[in-house]
Amino acid sequence: MATGIRDKVAILGMGCSKFGERWDASPEDLMVESYVEAMEDAGIEPNQLDAAWFSHHIDDIGAGKGGTPMSIALRLPNIAVTRVENYCASGSEAFRGAVYAVAAGAADIAIAVGMEKLKDTGFGGLSPTNYGTLTPQIGPSGSAPGNFAQLASAYRAKHGVSAEDLKRAIAHVSVKSHANGAKNPKAHLQKEVTEEQVLNAPMIAEPLGLFDCCGVSDGAAAAIVTTPEIAKSLGKDNIISVKALQLAVSNGLENQHNSWDGSYFHTVRVAAKKAYAEANITKPREQVSMMEVHDCFSVTELVTMEDLFISEEGNAVKDVMDGFYDADGKVPCQIDGGLKCFGHPIGASGLRMLYEMYLQLQGRAGERQLKNPSIGLTHNLGGQPANNVCSIAIIGALDS
Amino acid sequence: MTDVGISSIAGYLPRLRLSKKTVAQANSWIAPNLMGKGKGTRSMANWDEDSVTMSVEAIRRVLGKDDDRSHVDSLFFASTTMPFVDRLNSGIIRAALTLEEETACIDISSSLKSGTTALIQALDKVKSGSSSYSIVSASDKRKARSASAQELDFGDGAVAIAVDNKDLIAKYINSSSLSIDFIDHFRQPNEEFDYNWEERWIRDEGYLKIVPKAIEELFSKANISGSDIDHFILPSVFPRVDQMIAKKCGINPENVVDNLALSTGDTGSAHSLLMFASILEKANPGDKILISSFGGGSDVILFETTDNIKNFKPEQTIESLINSGVEENNYMKYLTFNDLVKWEKGMRGEQDRKTALTTLYRHNDAIMGLVGGKCTKTGTIQYPASPISVSPNSPDLNTQEPYKFAEKKAKILSWSADYLSFSVNPPNHYGVVDFEEGGRIMVDFTDVEKGDIDSGMDVKMVFRVKIVDEIRGFTRYFWKAIPV
Repeated sequence: MATGIRDKVAILGMGCSKFGERWDASPEDLMVESYVEAMEDAGIEPNQLDAAWFSHHIDDIGAGKGGTPMSIALRLPNIAVTRVENYCASGSEAFRGAVYAVAAGAADIAIAVGMEKLKDTGFGGLSPTNYGTLTPQIGPSGSAPGNFAQLASAYRAKHGVSAEDLKRAIAHVSVKSHANGAKNPKAHLQKEVTEEQVLNAPMIAEPLGLFDCCGVSDGAAAAIVTTPEIAKSLGKDNIISVKALQLAVSNGLENQHNSWDGSYFHTVRVAAKKAYAEANITKPREQVSMMEVHDCFSVTELVTMEDLFISEEGNAVKDVMDGFYDADGKVPCQIDGGLKCFGHPIGASGLRMLYEMYLQLQGRAGERQLKNPSIGLTHNLGGQPANNVCSIAIIGALDS
Repeated sequence: MTDVGISSIAGYLPRLRLSKKTVAQANSWIAPNLMGKGKGTRSMANWDEDSVTMSVEAIRRVLGKDDDRSHVDSLFFASTTMPFVDRLNSGIIRAALTLEEETACIDISSSLKSGTTALIQALDKVKSGSSSYSIVSASDKRKARSASAQELDFGDGAVAIAVDNKDLIAKYINSSSLSIDFIDHFRQPNEEFDYNWEERWIRDEGYLKIVPKAIEELFSKANISGSDIDHFILPSVFPRVDQMIAKKCGINPENVVDNLALSTGDTGSAHSLLMFASILEKANPGDKILISSFGGGSDVILFETTDNIKNFKPEQTIESLINSGVEENNYMKYLTFNDLVKWEKGMRGEQDRKTALTTLYRHNDAIMGLVGGKCTKTGTIQYPASPISVSPNSPDLNTQEPYKFAEKKAKILSWSADYLSFSVNPPNHYGVVDFEEGGRIMVDFTDVEKGDIDSGMDVKMVFRVKIVDEIRGFTRYFWKAIPV
């Protein structure tokens, strides 16, 4: 049986660009911004990098296909650069590639950079995606909010929650994230919002209003990883290591089999169980200090609280309304503002989530700093509820 | 000699009825002469309906829900608004209905009498023995310019008839046809609208001379006279033309069948037969029904109802179809649905909608006929079928048999009303529907307005236009769900 990734790989450095409508910045500028910060944090030179992973989702508008856009932008010393794409979980996938390369001993130091330049598409939201030749002929011509919004109707039907109560709970999810994002200079949206504003915002896809949807922005984030031994040899203390990395991918069951009821993420439950086992976590509600989850839409975050086994099934509305996930709650969620305030430059988001957990664990999160967090969890989801990929990463202090 | 005739008939009307008063008032500043036509309603197709989809719905009502449709050996489709000039339109219908590939599929077009012409052809085919059960369907969705009389006169609809040699509700007696190049209106390929000549000439030289001539010929062949006719059918947008012709042919004017002008409008190729369906619902055994049509000449067909007519109980009568319509008072919606205004579709409307024809053919049963798979080992029903079954813990290879979803009952599991994605009728409703016997599909909902649907609601599947590829001029079809 596999021994898992726990404490085999350490994070040597991380960087994150300013997220937002970066009209001024090219894809290369964004990559360089996150790379320079990560390299300075790691304290290494480019020739110390053995391999690189590049996550980028929309290749026809952003930087283009392949590994060359990253290699050229960063002038890497002709090392391996692998471009990965796994829907909105692409950023976590780049991290996984780099971590596994180090764990395998194939690389001493590896880098993962995720970048997306959404604001060159001309769309207010995400641009429509190509799903091959069959799916467009049989699937609805929908959008991301319309697909995720369906969680709400199924969740309400299953748990007997009124439309008003659910709407108020998901509004609180957004109010909380905006309050956090207001303290983050790198966030796209840095303003607090009121519950009333959220409830009265224009409807995007029933029951999701404008403030139930994450922003759309440009951004990049980077992580440099190595072994704990090398990290120590480079003079690092306060080392943050990877405790778990799991990826669960839909196999069509949700979309085609009646056993799924539409109210939760099947893959998240699968990935969460494996991740907790890998990280040796037995009571996630007590042991997880903080989380950055894939709050592409407020309702996604709400049901995810149950799928990660933090809230009991059917209890997320109550926990959210009790402030359990607020900055001063038991398990703060989206302490950096989340996708809600950062927006979702697809290839970058998974790494951006890890960046905040890393800062918090090192005590470097400034105004947002939580008190002595020990375990940070990121949840990065791509696709839509009925058909998706779910990546869960858990990081914490080495040997904790 | 075996009698031939019809064993079943059904109509289909779109859900909406456009208020003619609304249209007349909106256009009164530019066309005050049309105010007189501002009474009643006309049927109005949804944006995702065309003559083919409406025919599919009419034929489904004739065939019922049985998966086995192998008794249908010929299919005639009549319309002046076929979606394709070159692609067998009746072949699209065959695929949607999962009729056998051996079914003879015939398109009959180019005149408003195409519906009656198709019926005569089918009757002859069954009479000759080259077909034993034929479906005739006539359907039209005619475009008319804004502020034209045609906009108020026309309606959208379809009808389907089972031409049979047993269990007849109406026996075919005789018919006559005249082919005359009398051009009351015309339309060449790529033209959106008809060009019309003067109404008085059409009425006096056209209807009042050509139709009686065809009727007299039939009377002579069948050895009957006008006084024998119990119900006389003649669609015409000109008031009282039917009465005038009845009188001219010795038919009691009281026996003229209501042309539905104030409820459905004139449904073109379908209209004679739609009126036929409406009167069969009320007819008594032994009634003689004279159907006539006008366009490029005239067809006249004589039927006599049998004793079976007493047991003829259609799933939905024309009367109930008319009464179940929803009045639409938004003229702009009609103009938008029919592409009569240049409206802002947004960037999401720009998406390239090229259809991979290879994929469409490879998955023809799945896409056109909504055929999925049923695992012979676990019984798991799924859509679409796949080489490896979706059954949890039993990924069986090549165990699936075809399973038809189109006629199965289903319920809504989850849904949303989406204002972001492109839709001709926002918000765009879609969601997951679970079928009673198993299987699920995430589908578009159609014929719904905001607030119409919720989880747990019963739905049924309908064949509709999925998208129109404006760049290449291709209509893509698929199935959608509507509330029952």
